[in-house]
Amino acid sequence: MATDPRRQAPRPGLVLDVDRSTPPLLFHHGDNFRLEKLPAGRSRVIYAPEPLPGLPDPEGSIREALLNPIDHDPLPSLLTPGMKLTIAFDDVSLPLPSMRRPDIRQRIIEQVLEMAAEAGVDDVHLIAALALHRRMTEAELRHALGDRIYDAFAPQGALYNHDAEDHDNMVVLGTTRHDELVTMNRRAAESDLLIYVNLNIVSMDGGWKSTATGLSGYSGIKHHHNVATMRESKSFMDRHKSELHHSNWRQGDVIKNHGPRIFQIETTINNNTFGYDGPLSVLQKREWEWSARDRATFMGMKKGLDLMPSRARRSVFNNWKAPYELTSVQAGNVESVHEVTLENCLKQHLVPVEGQTDVLMFGLPYICPYNVNSVMNPILVMCLGLGYFFNMYRGKPLVREGGVLIMSHPTPWEFHPVHHPSYIDFFEQLLAETTDPLELERKYEKQFAEDEWYIHQYRKGYAYHGVHPFYMWYWGAHALQWLGRVIVVGGDPRSVRRLGFQPASTMQDALELASDVVGPQPTITYMHNPPILMADVT
Amino acid sequence: MIREQLSGKRIVVTGSTGFLGTALVERLLRSVPDCELVLLVRPGRRGAQSRVDRDILKNDAFDTLRAAYADNPEAVGGQAGETFDQMCQRRITAIAGDVGTDGLGLDDDGRQALSQVDLAIHSAATVSFDSALDDAVHVNLLGPARVATALRAAAEQRIEPTPGGLTTGQPAYLVAVSTCYVAGSRRGNAPEQLVNESPFFVDIDWRAEVDNALQARRDAEQASRTPRRLAALRREAVQALGAAGTPAISERTESLRVKWVNQTMTDAGRARASSLGFPDAYAFTKALGERSLVETRDGVPIAIVRPSIIESALAEPVPGWIRGFRMAEPVIAAYARGLLKEFPGVPEGVVDVIPVDLVVAAILGVCARGPLHDEHGEQTPDVIQIASGSHNPLRYGQLVDLVRSWFTEHPVYDDKNQPIAVPEWSFPGRGRVSRQLNRAQRGLDLAERALDVLPLRGRQAEIGAELDERKDQLERANGYVELYGAYTECEAIYQLDRLYGLWNSLDPADQETFNMDPTSVDWPTYVHTIHLPSMVKQARLKMQPSRPASSSRSDRLRAQVLSPDRQLAVFDLENTLIASNVVASYAWLASRRLDTPDRLRLVIKTLREAPTLLSLDRADRSDFLRYFYRRYEDAPVDQLRADSLEMMSDLLITKSFPAGIRRVRQHRALGHQTLLITGALRVAVEPLAPLFDHIVAADMSQSGGTFDGQLLSVPPTGEARYQTLVDYADEHGLDLKESVAYADSSSDLPMLEAVGFPVAVNAETKLAAIARRRGWLIEHWATSPGAPNRVLPIGPRTVRGSRRNPRTT
Repeated sequence: MATDPRRQAPRPGLVLDVDRSTPPLLFHHGDNFRLEKLPAGRSRVIYAPEPLPGLPDPEGSIREALLNPIDHDPLPSLLTPGMKLTIAFDDVSLPLPSMRRPDIRQRIIEQVLEMAAEAGVDDVHLIAALALHRRMTEAELRHALGDRIYDAFAPQGALYNHDAEDHDNMVVLGTTRHDELVTMNRRAAESDLLIYVNLNIVSMDGGWKSTATGLSGYSGIKHHHNVATMRESKSFMDRHKSELHHSNWRQGDVIKNHGPRIFQIETTINNNTFGYDGPLSVLQKREWEWSARDRATFMGMKKGLDLMPSRARRSVFNNWKAPYELTSVQAGNVESVHEVTLENCLKQHLVPVEGQTDVLMFGLPYICPYNVNSVMNPILVMCLGLGYFFNMYRGKPLVREGGVLIMSHPTPWEFHPVHHPSYIDFFEQLLAETTDPLELERKYEKQFAEDEWYIHQYRKGYAYHGVHPFYMWYWGAHALQWLGRVIVVGGDPRSVRRLGFQPASTMQDALELASDVVGPQPTITYMHNPPILMADVT
Repeated sequence: MIREQLSGKRIVVTGSTGFLGTALVERLLRSVPDCELVLLVRPGRRGAQSRVDRDILKNDAFDTLRAAYADNPEAVGGQAGETFDQMCQRRITAIAGDVGTDGLGLDDDGRQALSQVDLAIHSAATVSFDSALDDAVHVNLLGPARVATALRAAAEQRIEPTPGGLTTGQPAYLVAVSTCYVAGSRRGNAPEQLVNESPFFVDIDWRAEVDNALQARRDAEQASRTPRRLAALRREAVQALGAAGTPAISERTESLRVKWVNQTMTDAGRARASSLGFPDAYAFTKALGERSLVETRDGVPIAIVRPSIIESALAEPVPGWIRGFRMAEPVIAAYARGLLKEFPGVPEGVVDVIPVDLVVAAILGVCARGPLHDEHGEQTPDVIQIASGSHNPLRYGQLVDLVRSWFTEHPVYDDKNQPIAVPEWSFPGRGRVSRQLNRAQRGLDLAERALDVLPLRGRQAEIGAELDERKDQLERANGYVELYGAYTECEAIYQLDRLYGLWNSLDPADQETFNMDPTSVDWPTYVHTIHLPSMVKQARLKMQPSRPASSSRSDRLRAQVLSPDRQLAVFDLENTLIASNVVASYAWLASRRLDTPDRLRLVIKTLREAPTLLSLDRADRSDFLRYFYRRYEDAPVDQLRADSLEMMSDLLITKSFPAGIRRVRQHRALGHQTLLITGALRVAVEPLAPLFDHIVAADMSQSGGTFDGQLLSVPPTGEARYQTLVDYADEHGLDLKESVAYADSSSDLPMLEAVGFPVAVNAETKLAAIARRRGWLIEHWATSPGAPNRVLPIGPRTVRGSRRNPRTT
């Protein structure tokens, strides 16, 4: 691994001004790709920093973190026989795509369990802290934790998914000074020690959000998952400018005072999403550096994908496991740990960019946090583009206020009936009526959140909570307010229009449509993502 | 003069609910203000008075008169301040009776009322050209004689004189309406004489004909009950309904049998009629009816008025007034819709049509003139024909030209809003048209049978339904050709000497008021500005492209289904809400705890069995389920319950129709009760419980924590479903007429028919055809695009303990 000098000395992110010699640029387009030539002289591309080198000895680093935590006693000293120990961990929405085995969660929890066993702790529960996400399947739990842990805990009922609608097993810890209710999984709340195993892929994750959101329920989450909060989070990827995080931190204060003792373990991974070599490695290279072989691989892959039915394409991509490497692990006090995590996270993602643009472009990939092993439905397309990608900024948005966002995604009218039942109704019924987040929130959120059938599917099936599509829509609320127009290239016109966006069949058409809003000859910025990058806009 | 002659008289009218009868009543009320009417009507369920109010006086014929009364009753001969309804109450007596029964089926009040009449107009007849022989005999043949007999008896019973001055023993004057076609199918002049006076009349004993017609009915009833016939009818019922359950099949078989008997009687009538030279049973029985009347009238003075084909009014009560769908209208409508590509006939043949108001005037003229007497003072039957063929003929070719040019200018629009071009007829012979239609019908039959054996659903199945509709239309077209074709071969010219005799005896005022002169009809004007505009309204033909409707028919039906007034929504499961079935559920549950080679073996075995299972299922669903569910013997209950929960996501919801699930929830949100009735095992559908208020499923008995493979009750399928639904509704005090049912297969027909709002979901061919014909809401629900593809229903393996499975061997 250490043979390639580039892996040890990765280049930082780059803003490239497009000129006439710039080759066509790669756009993710769901489970396919597009190559687009951007206008020379007024376009620029932002590339992510190359993958940082992984920790050479992950096991050792984890052990080190557990033994020498930040602002906290070492883990072994916290473990006593007869104690009630709960380990909560991030769910299937992290990382994206899923990583190759062994998953970081497995590596950490194995060591934690070892220490617990040594200390004679035998009341241990493992809980997937999924808040209102869908339950993880057996296969997903096995992937995240390994067969050994699964087989040892699941049959005894000591490894399970958090259930926010199991009211007997939820407790209220108190309210914040802003009157925000704080609720928590009863087992976690009543434990002598709660260890949270986090996996940061973007700067939004971790910190108090892990426990205040991950182990909470609708009555606690609704205080920050709402339109007003999201409009005040600029961006929600920037912890200190994010109202979403401020609210979570206030809830964290309540947990600190009234909840269980917490030992927070956070990790960061590098940008090695598609591998240094192999079929997808071309996706994390810069186009003008593609070798003849890269070009051939890409063209071959593109042809193959074009020929495949969409179901087959989807399963090809869903089977891809990323060779992510661990870049840091830190444990101890929630707030102190998270600051270190953020630093490490931004080191991988941050790219300095000067000035805003008239037209912002994304190529949306096949995956977002809510369609692992599932279908990227139109609402998730909106959320990934206007929620996640749009908010990958620090300082100010990449695009000027009233500017245009052009996204590339096929946006098929497709839904996973098991995972996203309330999304289907949200899309087919509610969006037909209005796309205004405030109106949706006011008129329908409560109804969907308290719907008996959705709750049943969330608890007993594998469905996202009934309220979840609303959160997807709120995630984009800041962008909806900011942007002058949203255009989707190559999207199913029916579903694109239902989202309230404009469909365009080619990038040329999209730019034509954009000129109605931003005038002719606008400046263009293409955010080449993934691998993930975050723009530091000055 | 007519008005004066009739004023102060009390007149009984039979057949007043018919086309001619209604016109007569209206004319008498309006033009003879001081006569009284006794209307003899079949009482039906509501009673005679109510039929008079609803079926006669509500007709638009009375609109003019009603308006006149609202305006100024005295101007139309009424009393000051009187409303139309009060006038009717004063002048009309309704009596219950039936000319198809001896003694007219009168009660004492009826006989009393009849004894007080001065005049009788008998216009009751069964005019339908395809009525059964014995029905036609009862009404057309025996009817007039029965009226005469009743009038004679009434005269004997009379105590006080009638308003017109008839004393005891003086029978009222009877004017019987017959038809020109009693002359039979022949060429040349047909004068106004009694039928037996014609040299062409084959004189037969009408009494023998009556006996034989009644015998023919008994024979047909007998023949319809032979084992072979019943088996054939049952096959036909099964063909149409599929596995709809014994009661539904039996009901259909019986209705097919009744239909078969009636058809046999119709055929018998037509055969007997044509053997004696009549176009159909109607003309034949009318002819013998005249004979029996003349023979048995026993001193009752009579007149016979023979109109030809009565059509819409020339002027009275309003131009174009018509009641019901007459003889020519269905044919013209079919032609305008482009369905009749050809119709038999010769262009120079005469279509003898006469407007209804001319017939009414002629009848009233005859009534006013009173009985005729010969030189010996003997009353002789007065015979008057009213037709257009001799003095003002409308040629067939001319009629077709007029109709075509009118519809070319005023086209009917099809369901895609395109004007339909009317075909040009080449006047082929009757045989050729018949042959063409038959050929087309055979082709459709074949196509339909081919579609029937294919397992089609949803939109494809509707192709079958469309075929069915086409077949229906063809059948009807064929029926017209058969029925009316005979009339195009009647080329007799009906003489009008006596009609003109009457006409010329009228004073100018009467001629002005009571127009009965056929030469007064200008055919192009009549067809173009009077008859067709009124006819298209009557037939509800689509004369304008419908506006791009904001709500389609389906939307309207859907709104009805989702109205807050509904009380219960009942759902079938398989293929209605979920594209899966009990075999798949079983395979999923059984394979869940097997290792890989065993899983494969199970799948192969189940697949190999599929044809047997399918045929069992098709024959009788209950038997199939009972047989199939034995496999659950020894399955542990708790484990199945836990596995079923997993199956909900992996199989049921994956294969569900989101729109269907949403519909269930919409019903609940509207406060309707929701009920799932399924043949699936309860444990397998339990996870769907939060969707419904109640689930009716197959319950299996258990002992010691395992199932024993025996069903506790009949799995609710077919008629059991119907019964379950009825019981549930009764128990919860719900009105099925205000309920909705969703199902996909004709085996659910009893259930669908039981509710007020049936919905066919992804219907298979037979149900699609039925739903379309009955105008039910049809929904096409699909699995979610993007749902994982489950080729084989295999449960993902679980590692948690490997306890016993449902039996797999």
